Amino acid sequence: MKRLWAWAALIIGLLYFILPLVGMTNFSLKMRRGEYSFDAYAKVFADSRFHETFSYSVWMALLTIIFGVFLVVPTAYWVRLKLPFLRPYIEFITLLPLVIPAIVIVFGYIRLYNTSSWLPLTGSYVGTDILLVFGYATLSLPYMYRAVDTGLRTIDVTTLTEAAQSLGAGWVTIIGRIILPNVTVAVMSGAFVTFAIVMGEFTMAALLNKPAFGPYMQLLGANRAYEPAALAVIAFGITWACLGLMQLVSKLQKTPQRPV
Amino acid sequence: MSTETANGAPGAAPAQPLQRLPLHWLGILPFAAFVLLFLILPTMKIVIGAFQTPDGSLTFTNVAGLFTPSILAAYWISIKISFASAILGCLIGFAMAAAVVLGGLPRTIRGPLLTFSGVASNFAGVPLAFAFLATLGPVGLVTVFLRSELGIDLRLLGFNILSFWGLTITYLFFQIPLMILIITPALDGLKREWREAASILGATNAQYWRLVAFPILLPSLLGTLALLFANAFGAVATAIALTGSSLNIVPILLFAQIRGDVLGDPHLGYALAFGMIVVTGIANAIYIWLRARSERWLK
Repeated sequence: MKRLWAWAALIIGLLYFILPLVGMTNFSLKMRRGEYSFDAYAKVFADSRFHETFSYSVWMALLTIIFGVFLVVPTAYWVRLKLPFLRPYIEFITLLPLVIPAIVIVFGYIRLYNTSSWLPLTGSYVGTDILLVFGYATLSLPYMYRAVDTGLRTIDVTTLTEAAQSLGAGWVTIIGRIILPNVTVAVMSGAFVTFAIVMGEFTMAALLNKPAFGPYMQLLGANRAYEPAALAVIAFGITWACLGLMQLVSKLQKTPQRPV
Repeated sequence: MSTETANGAPGAAPAQPLQRLPLHWLGILPFAAFVLLFLILPTMKIVIGAFQTPDGSLTFTNVAGLFTPSILAAYWISIKISFASAILGCLIGFAMAAAVVLGGLPRTIRGPLLTFSGVASNFAGVPLAFAFLATLGPVGLVTVFLRSELGIDLRLLGFNILSFWGLTITYLFFQIPLMILIITPALDGLKREWREAASILGATNAQYWRLVAFPILLPSLLGTLALLFANAFGAVATAIALTGSSLNIVPILLFAQIRGDVLGDPHLGYALAFGMIVVTGIANAIYIWLRARSERWLK
């Protein structure tokens, strides 16, 4: 009896999740009247705006990941090594982007870094690119910091540092050649989440007027019928691939540690 | 530099802590600068701007300007949608997590369900709106199926994807998985011994749930409710892609205001954003407080 209820709850729940996925896939294949075809996908892939916005977002995602790694790994390492009493505060700060809506943060950017301010980032094309990367880095901070901090927990930071120092290594060597290789898996799982977030992000890119994938999807959705469904399938594929890879990577980490 | 040489000679011990202290803090300087410039200051700018006149003096007219019928209505419908999707997300997510953790289902289901929840909770924004338009929109899969096979016309029943319920149902797609991800560890934390102790003392299954399990889970449940509420309240992209600007909710109003000053007063925009921070801030404060309480039992 109990098991019956459990199955019922699970199946009804899963139905809710599967129907939209089936719905969008089905709709994306119906562009040609009366039969299934990949016409909508062909239309999307033939659109030069798709290529431009998609590659722009990929670049933004990669820059965000690189910047995020440079920002988070040394900080998380340093806090663990030298300022452990700061950890709760730093963790609280890194969770703030989940509390303050992205639209509020980007509103603040627009007002704080406008053309008449001391740091006129919104005044130039490259400036808004930089601002967008910083914005994305802020949005991914909760995930990146948590991933790296968890990774650092599994290694003995103090001993590794002292060993490296006694062999004459400087701080750059320690972080770049000792700490970073040891938390690669954590960094990668943070990177995949960041990639998924950046590829689908709409609000910041739209309000900073950048040609990113999110605003492109929204624009297409307002004007077309079948192509948006194809885009939704593609976007779901990206999200799935990113988080699937993340799971795979974290499994790879566990296996070599056990035999030792 | 001169102090170093002066102090260095007589005794290195007292000089060292003085020298080291600032160096320790230098290590987090880049992070502190980044967070200050791109998270704290922009937010402060909004908060301060909400209490400023265009020439910079203190005023409460911006915040008072929020109390007009149309803006209050926007807040109210935002709060209603966020609350409805949070409550339903909690209930359905709890049912699914409980089914898998406690319902005696095969343990192989658990891993895939959690993986899927991780993906689905991140599948928000514009594509999510498209998926639901293709499913529950006027020519969507479910709408057409119900009309042609069962003779049920959703539109005649008053359902419209561009409405309160349409948005709520769509938000559930990322709310339920978030609930599953958060509540599964809490359900795991319910110790077998508690149930055994309760049944030895003669408690029925219902009594165990009402008097033992539910009070222990309550802080987690309420906390997650607050988190889901804030999560839905700040969602912009899904709402815009789904409804355009036909639904008057706060994030859409703020988006339009930033784009082109639709309220006719730039500082009213600050107040609108400030209101959003207040609402999500309160919801998250409740979450943090209740999570701290729930961790007393669930270690």
